[in-house]
Amino acid sequence: MTALPSSLLLDWKRIFKWGSICAAALLFVSLVGMPIKLDPKSIISPLLSLGYVSLLWLPLIFGYVASSRVVLEGVETRKPGLPDLLTGVLTGTIGGAGLTLLMLGIENFDIRDPLINWSPQLLEVLAFGARDLNSAVWIGIGGALGLVGAGLHLIPENLRRGASYGFFTVLALAIFEPALDDMSEGFRLEWLVELIFEKRGGLKLWPAIILALLIGLISVVTKGKAKNAVAQYREQEKSQKKKTSVVLFGIVAALGIVLPIFMGTYVNSLLANVGIFLLLALGLNIVVGLAGILDLGYVAFFAVGAYTTAVLTSELSPFFAPGMTWVLSLVFVIILAALTGLFIGAPVIRMRGDYLAIVTLGFGEIIRLLFLSDFLKPYFGGAQGILGVPGIDLGVVYISGTDTRGIFYLVLFFCAIAVYVSWRLQASRLGRSWMAIREDEQVAEAMGINTVNSKLMAFVVGAVLASFAGAIMAARVGSVFPNSFMILISIVILVVVIVGGMGSIPGVFVGAFVLIGVLGGPKQPGLLQEFGSLKLLVYGMLLVYMMLQKPEGLVPSARRTQELHQEEFLQDAWLKGTDDEDEEQTAAGEEAQI
Amino acid sequence: MSHLLEIQNLQVTFGGLDALSGLNFHVDEGEIVSVIGPNGAGKTTFFNTITGLVEPTGGDILFQGDSVLGLEPNEVTSLGIARTFQNVRLFPNMTILENVMVAQHCRTSQNVFGALFQTKAFKKEEEEIRQRAEEILGFFGSRLVGYRLDQAAFMLSYANRRRLEIARAMATQPRLMLLDEPVAGMNPSETAELTELIGRLRSEWGFTIVIIEHDMAVVKNVSDRVVVLDHGVPIASGSYEEVSTDPDVIEAYLGRPVESHS
Repeated sequence: MTALPSSLLLDWKRIFKWGSICAAALLFVSLVGMPIKLDPKSIISPLLSLGYVSLLWLPLIFGYVASSRVVLEGVETRKPGLPDLLTGVLTGTIGGAGLTLLMLGIENFDIRDPLINWSPQLLEVLAFGARDLNSAVWIGIGGALGLVGAGLHLIPENLRRGASYGFFTVLALAIFEPALDDMSEGFRLEWLVELIFEKRGGLKLWPAIILALLIGLISVVTKGKAKNAVAQYREQEKSQKKKTSVVLFGIVAALGIVLPIFMGTYVNSLLANVGIFLLLALGLNIVVGLAGILDLGYVAFFAVGAYTTAVLTSELSPFFAPGMTWVLSLVFVIILAALTGLFIGAPVIRMRGDYLAIVTLGFGEIIRLLFLSDFLKPYFGGAQGILGVPGIDLGVVYISGTDTRGIFYLVLFFCAIAVYVSWRLQASRLGRSWMAIREDEQVAEAMGINTVNSKLMAFVVGAVLASFAGAIMAARVGSVFPNSFMILISIVILVVVIVGGMGSIPGVFVGAFVLIGVLGGPKQPGLLQEFGSLKLLVYGMLLVYMMLQKPEGLVPSARRTQELHQEEFLQDAWLKGTDDEDEEQTAAGEEAQI
Repeated sequence: MSHLLEIQNLQVTFGGLDALSGLNFHVDEGEIVSVIGPNGAGKTTFFNTITGLVEPTGGDILFQGDSVLGLEPNEVTSLGIARTFQNVRLFPNMTILENVMVAQHCRTSQNVFGALFQTKAFKKEEEEIRQRAEEILGFFGSRLVGYRLDQAAFMLSYANRRRLEIARAMATQPRLMLLDEPVAGMNPSETAELTELIGRLRSEWGFTIVIIEHDMAVVKNVSDRVVVLDHGVPIASGSYEEVSTDPDVIEAYLGRPVESHS
């Protein structure tokens, strides 16, 4: 069939729109410095580094998006063809042209003053290390990637899935390289790591291709059986689901206990970091996710836990140094955290919504500034903090701050407590009252719930869990400083909860692993330590993306999914015949007469 | 015998507007009293004031002989006054069972420690809460039980939401129940059924009921006594027949007949 000229008509407006967004995105990424900063992280050595990935994925995605069209069920749509490919190519070309212009600009002008990354270094990265590369090459690269992106619509779904699985496998392997490297020693699998990875970092070319093909092939063969299994799990009866959950939980718990034995210092300390934030996030999840209190000053309780431990256990505490053991001090940590929870909660709790958030934000900073102040310097050491916090003597074992494995087990233990607490409280009188308050505070009160008490309890439980994290942190680092308790920590914990899924315990786990484990905490490096200061940018972008595309979080709780997708649930019920229409007048009439 | 609920000279003012001015009212144990009146007569404000959502500017509210003025809404509920809302206000994302379970909050007492250590008392109380909730929901026939128990409240039909709201009020174990337009938006057969149900709320569960309603068929069928409010003051009170022929009431609803001037 010959293509009619009319079918070759392109939607120029669309192409220019997506093309210029693509160019803008590329410029932004370049000028923020991602290519330079991420270049050292090699993915396939020496071909591809994370720096280039940060540029190259953009024309591909925009080519894909520009050439995709709305598919309505039951409406016949034109098969994707040449015009779509052309759309993709042109979109990518416009994007690439943006980079070409940038290179020309850097060569001819110098505006490094406001734009730090407007530098020869960026030029070198963009020129692939070659001095005399024609900058027009980016036009070609953009076009080619746009073509690939648009081409994704043409290939069968199976193949597309295979390709993306293959790609993400390689990416994941590269990201987890340091962890795998570390773990291989415990498992005596150094030879395997040496086989796949280059010494300087990054996968070797051939193993990468073979692995990608292998995983791609497997995913094509299994045809998304994994997805079906998840769907099946969701459809299960309640009792059955409970059984499956118990088994899954058992596996995760067993892995958590056994794996650290085989892991080296690097992974254990990484996981201990993740664990501390996880513990904080689990606590905040009770406050925000269950009771619906948006607490932006959660770091205050973390600080109280850490300082209480430091004062009570450290011999170097400036004013009062009883030199207790860590375990004994924990009793006081709990009491003091609960009191602080009451103290901060009492004035705050009567406010609602935004006002509450702002006031908690203020209290979070007040606590930090108090520890920093000259006024309390004789007691808490001011900016110098408290040094010499000893390790943890459990009687049978002694866990020093540098014993990452011991610390990890300790964190794991407290996370288990936090999970247990959230799980039990959720299905209790108190948990139900939190839910009711979250839904409609005024009605909850009219139904006999003492909202002030209920909300205070949420505050206190959250405070105690956060103080555990603080106590562990103090023993781990061996010192506490006011500046470890910046507002940023509150925000990061909140982002973990939101990205993971508010009110969902598995969600908080996933959120903590993805954000803290991979990207890193406010001061703690994650697997991708090259991100450095860029990680806040990634946090922000992730948060915006989640709010737009998946506001219920990565692993949402059933309740929250339902809350945000009421319409769809009503539709599903209608399709299944379990909906609840107002009864027909005749049927109800008969019933009423009986 | 003193009244179950006695309201003396109640006044509520919203920035210069008198929503209620000098209202006297009483309900005796076991009565069903209807409060009617044109829109804006102050009926819902009257309920809001009793349940503590609105602070009165003057007068007194006595429940079982004691003043409830200045009490928080939850304290009023635990004294034994439950209510429904004119514009149904359920907890939409909680299940039907949870909606009724949570309303038993003020009649139960288990705290954090019971839940964390799963004490015998905690488990026993949870079981009782659950059973009681199912018993209450069973009162409405098969509509709110079975697989519906675990469905979110927003999935219910309009009429069933109204029923669930009554169930939730029942779960607070009140002595006095305030129903704010319980049949609004229902079709005639549903209305007839609910009218019968209101009667059974008294005969089987022993609640005293005050009901705001615009549907005169319902008012006629259920009430022992009808009180008519207009502009925040009671203009008539008595049996349905007495009230419905009262010239003041007719005037309040329909306006003064033109002929009466001549």
